[in-house]
This record gives sequence, structure tokens and C-alpha cells, in this order.
Amino acid sequence: MGAAVATRQIQFREALREAMTEEMRRDKRVFLMGEEVAQYQGAYKVSQGMLDEFGEKRVIDVPISENGFAGLGIGAAMMGLRPIIEFMSWSFSLVAADQILNNAPKMLYMSGGQFGCPIVFRGNDGAGGQLGSTHSWAVEGLFANVPGLRIVIPSTPYDAKGLLKTAIRCNDPVFFLESERMLGNKGPVPEEEYLIPFGQADIKRAGGDCTLVSFGRPVHFCLEAAEKLAEEGIECEVIDGRTIRPLDMDTIIESIRKTNYCVVVDQSWPFGSVASEVATQIYERAMDHLDNRVYRVCSDDVPAPYSKTLEQAMLPNPGKIIKAVKQAMYLE
Amino acid sequence: MTMTDPQAVSQPVERVSAKTRLKWLRDMMLIREFELRTMQAYQEAKIGGFCHVYIGQEACAVGCIAATNPDDPVITAYRDHGHALARGMESRYAMAEMFGKIGGCAKGKGGSMHLFDKRTHFYGGHAIVGGQTPLGAGLAFATRYENEVLGEGKKRVTLCFLGDGALNQGALHEAMNLCTILELPCIYVVENNRYSMGTSIERGTSMADDLSTKAAAYGMPYFQADGMDVCAVYNVMKRVVDRMRSEQRPAFVEINTYRYKGHSMSDPQKYRTKDEVSEYEASDPIRRLADALIAAGALNEDGFKELNQSVRDEVRDAIKWAEQSPEPDPAADLYSDVVTEPFGEYGPTSLPEMCDHEPGDVPESP
Repeated sequence: MGAAVATRQIQFREALREAMTEEMRRDKRVFLMGEEVAQYQGAYKVSQGMLDEFGEKRVIDVPISENGFAGLGIGAAMMGLRPIIEFMSWSFSLVAADQILNNAPKMLYMSGGQFGCPIVFRGNDGAGGQLGSTHSWAVEGLFANVPGLRIVIPSTPYDAKGLLKTAIRCNDPVFFLESERMLGNKGPVPEEEYLIPFGQADIKRAGGDCTLVSFGRPVHFCLEAAEKLAEEGIECEVIDGRTIRPLDMDTIIESIRKTNYCVVVDQSWPFGSVASEVATQIYERAMDHLDNRVYRVCSDDVPAPYSKTLEQAMLPNPGKIIKAVKQAMYLE
Repeated sequence: MTMTDPQAVSQPVERVSAKTRLKWLRDMMLIREFELRTMQAYQEAKIGGFCHVYIGQEACAVGCIAATNPDDPVITAYRDHGHALARGMESRYAMAEMFGKIGGCAKGKGGSMHLFDKRTHFYGGHAIVGGQTPLGAGLAFATRYENEVLGEGKKRVTLCFLGDGALNQGALHEAMNLCTILELPCIYVVENNRYSMGTSIERGTSMADDLSTKAAAYGMPYFQADGMDVCAVYNVMKRVVDRMRSEQRPAFVEINTYRYKGHSMSDPQKYRTKDEVSEYEASDPIRRLADALIAAGALNEDGFKELNQSVRDEVRDAIKWAEQSPEPDPAADLYSDVVTEPFGEYGPTSLPEMCDHEPGDVPESP
């Protein structure tokens, strides 16, 4: 079932579309709602063609009112429907904070288990490309603090499809973080059906010298860095966490037992970040296996700038990762 | 275009049997007694947190819910005890919830502001002002979807209660717009008790003297009812509910009511006069219905005393049951119901498999 046996190459956006389409064929309770998802065929063409197949009762355009339609989705989920709510960008989810943070993740708990909230919120996360501060949110650092949520952040079309199918079948609210910068990326995706369970990290590159842990788009920066480091004889193991909640610490710790060095790469801000959490859990569980402190490569602690030069300086990139690996391994 | 329905306000009160009106009287008396004992328990520190009682507004919940079918979804804000009881939640589960006990409707995890009861299609008290209004749209969306896409062949309406304080929250306006655009059978019932905490509606809401404008802005029919008269509330709501069930679109109802007590248990009420409170108490909905039933020969003073005794007994039993219900056990209950497939609080020890069971089975109360 692995990606290796697949020959077909499709785009990230097509993988997402296939996941939604297959699940909507499988379960009539699943519907897609969002801005421009139907008649416009998707602001980023993720839902292209879905209106034609499923009709306007299941692929539903809503006006720009995230708090309203996010809450609408949660109400529908409380009754047992399985909404997929598309945010054009996770940056826009902030106006829906009360609904997505107060209602979705707490409903099951507050109701003593009576009302679940099987809903998927999905959309673009992280820097798009010179979009400035308000449109460049990487929300994982912010939202990972909230119990009751699943946070999924795939880096490849294969993972995106398998994880989105799991998300749609999940009985808890799932925040599914995509990246505008990856939607056109192609990768192998098999024709036959598969699902990827939450909480299972994927080793994207094996290596014995230093563990690189990342999530979403920066996984590719790690792979680039690992490629260059290999030319210098340093073999990095690149772990793609794939889900932040749940977080597969077992795979990370197993790798550290082997490498004894670790760099965590995370596109959120460093203060109270996903990287901080991973590092803390490493200290709690594997202190004795470390030969140095855990290094973090995050976005710089500033609002996302517009200038291309400044934006590139702010975001994680292969150069920063290479430097961190060398520092972690006492090579610099 | 004003959307006021002239029929609803000009037609005489529908004839309702004395038996039904006696039931409404008992429902309202139960809420009143429940709330009085709630205040007492709060003062004895048996109930904690924020607590908002419904005394004075009983006719709203009872009259509105009487007009619905048992499987029509009902959702409300944080002043939710009355709606939960009117919908049929047993008073003991509501009281035990406020006592923070395992026998509460939400195992003591929700509290006064977050009562839920799946059995009676009561989708909760919601404590962020206006936050329940998009959820109400979603419940209405789901009933329509179930009917039209899943083929259930049943038209339902959703009652979404809110206070006048929620009129100024953006969530309501987004939700109303969506209800109209998507043609969702959600009835927004504004219980206008004239104060959002200490701010009078005139100080906080534009067009406070004509809330039909709010409905008109979203193309919804507007209705109004006297919230101190349960028959009047029922009369209006029955028409609204029947019509919206048939037409499958939203409506906006204003019910003029008054809360006798403070916003919450810690409200010195310096924003209004005692005379104002007395004025409303003089048109008390319980006394009003009791007098009407006595005048009609359907009730006498002994019968009224019996009703009074029966609600006192029921609430006394609820208090006793709440007191005797065990505290939740942190070892067993703190981490339950966080997610349907627990993966641990802080890094999984066992990785979750695919989730494929149904959410939210109703727990058996002890």
C-alpha cells in the first residue's frame, strides 16, 4: 500500500479532491461548504467539478462570514452530519475563533459525551508568498494548545489523500492544514483506496546521524537540507509528523535513540510553538539519549513581512536547517 | 417592507384545553421553584461559577416549546435552566449538573450555563453571547439536509433562543444572513428582557423600539408576543412553527419579557428601580395563568396548592438526588469525553486506530 508501488502522479489539490469525492460517494452525510467551493470551482480549484457531481445541496457556496458558516457546520455536526468546511485560508479562521475553538473541540466534553462534533475544517496554512502579516498565519502553534482537536498537516499528495479520508471519518473535529505553495506539487498516489491513521509519523528519509522532525511544507526544506548534508557525509533521518494532535512521539524518540541529535523544524513562531512542545516531550522522555540540546528552526518571532527578502529571511529554509544540524552535532 | 404578520397579532388566542394549560402552569411553577432552590443552593455554595436564573421569563420557554414537536431541535444561551426543564429534562439531572456531580446531565463537566440533553433534542446552553446562533442555523441545516438529501421525509424546525444582548453580536447577523440565503428553518426567538447584564436595550441596540427592522434586514418574517402570558406566546409560536415547518425558512420572533432577578447571582442591580421590577411582577405569568384557570373553573385554590406541593416535592427530590450523587472521579472522568478516541493527554502511549463508531451515545445517568 506504500507510495513506492504507486505509479500514478497527481497534484496535491487533486489528492484532496479525490479524498473528498470518495468520502462523499461513500457517505451521504458528508458535505462540502465554503467560500467559492461550488460555482467558482474552488478559490484554489481544490473542489473543481464537485458541484457537477454532487449538486448544490452537498457542495455549498456561502458568503464571506467565517464565524457564521463555521458555526453552522458545527451545529450540523452535532446532529450527526459530517461537514467539510473549507477556509480559503486558515488566516481567515481567526474571525471564527469562538466557533472553532470554543464550540467544536469542547462540545463533547461540555455535554458529558452526548454531542460529538465530527467536522473537518480545511484550508491553506502558512506563508503563501508575500501575502503580508494578516494572510500568512501558520495556525498550528496557536491551535495545538487546545484539547479536543485533531491537527493534521500533510506534506505530500499521498499523505494528504489518506489523512483527509481519515479526517472525514473521524468523530472528532479535525483541523486539516494545507499549503497554497504545495497545491500544485505532484506525487505518487495509488488508484486503490487507502487511509492513513492519525498519530503515525512517516520517516521520509532514513539516516543515522541526526534526527530532523517537521510538519507540513517545511518537511521539504528538511529533505533538501538532508540531501546537501549527505554530500558532506552527514546522514539525517527526516521524520514527517503528519499529525500534531495526536503527536507520534514514539517514532521521534526511537530515531533519537539511534542518532542522539535532534533538530525540530516548524513554520510557526518559536514562543510556545509546536517545536517547543516536541522538544519538551523529547526532554521528558529521552533526555538520556541526547548528546546535545534539541535545536529548533522556526519562523522568526516577527509578524510576517511583505518584502520578499524579509519574508525569506523570516521563514525556515534549508540553509537554516543545515546550520542547525551542524550546531547540534558540534560541527560548527 | 415590514415583515410583521398581521394575522398572528390580530387573531384571538387559540383555544387550548384546560388540561394543557394546567400542564403549562405546572411547567412554569416547576421552573420557578427550581430557580428559587437554585438561588438558595448557590448561596449555600453548593453551586459554583456563574449562575443565571430564569425567574420571570418562564412563559417564554414553556409557551415556545409547547408549540414544537418533541424532535424539533432546541438550543439556547446560558440562562438555560428553564428551557432544559420545559423541554423535558428531568430536574434532578439539571440540578446535579449545577452541583458538579457525576449524576448531572453532562457528568458535572458543563455546569449551569452548559446543560445538554440529547434525549429531548436539547442542544444545549451556550455561554458565549450569540455563539449559539450559528449553531442554530446548523441544526436547521441538518434537519433540512436529513429531509432532502438523506430522504427522511420529515420537516422539522429549530428553535434558537437568544437574549436581547445577543442582538449586537456579529455571530447573530452572520447566522441570520446564512439562514435566509440557504433557506434554513431556524426560528430565532429573542427573549427581550430589556437588559444585557446592566445595559438597557436602549443604550446598547440600534432601533431598540422596533426590532422588526432586524428581521427585515435579512428578509425574515417578524412576530411579537407578550412574554408575560404563556397563552399569547403559544398562540404566536404555534403559527410561526407551523408555518416555518411548512415553508422551511427562517423567522424572527421577539418576546417581551422581564427577569425579576439580577443578570447573575452577583448583580447588585443598580441599573433599574425596584418599582420597575414590581411593575412586571404584578403581571406575573404564573399568577396570570392561575387566575385565568380559576376564573374558568378549571382550577381552585386547593388545586393550586396541590400543584405547588408537587413542584416543591419534585425540586426537593432533585436537590436530594444532586446532593447524594457522587463527585466525579478525576481518575476516571477528567480525561473522558475529550475526544471520542482518546489518544492520551500528552503524547500517545497507544496510537489511535481509525475512528468508525457513532459519536455521542447518550450516557445512562445513575
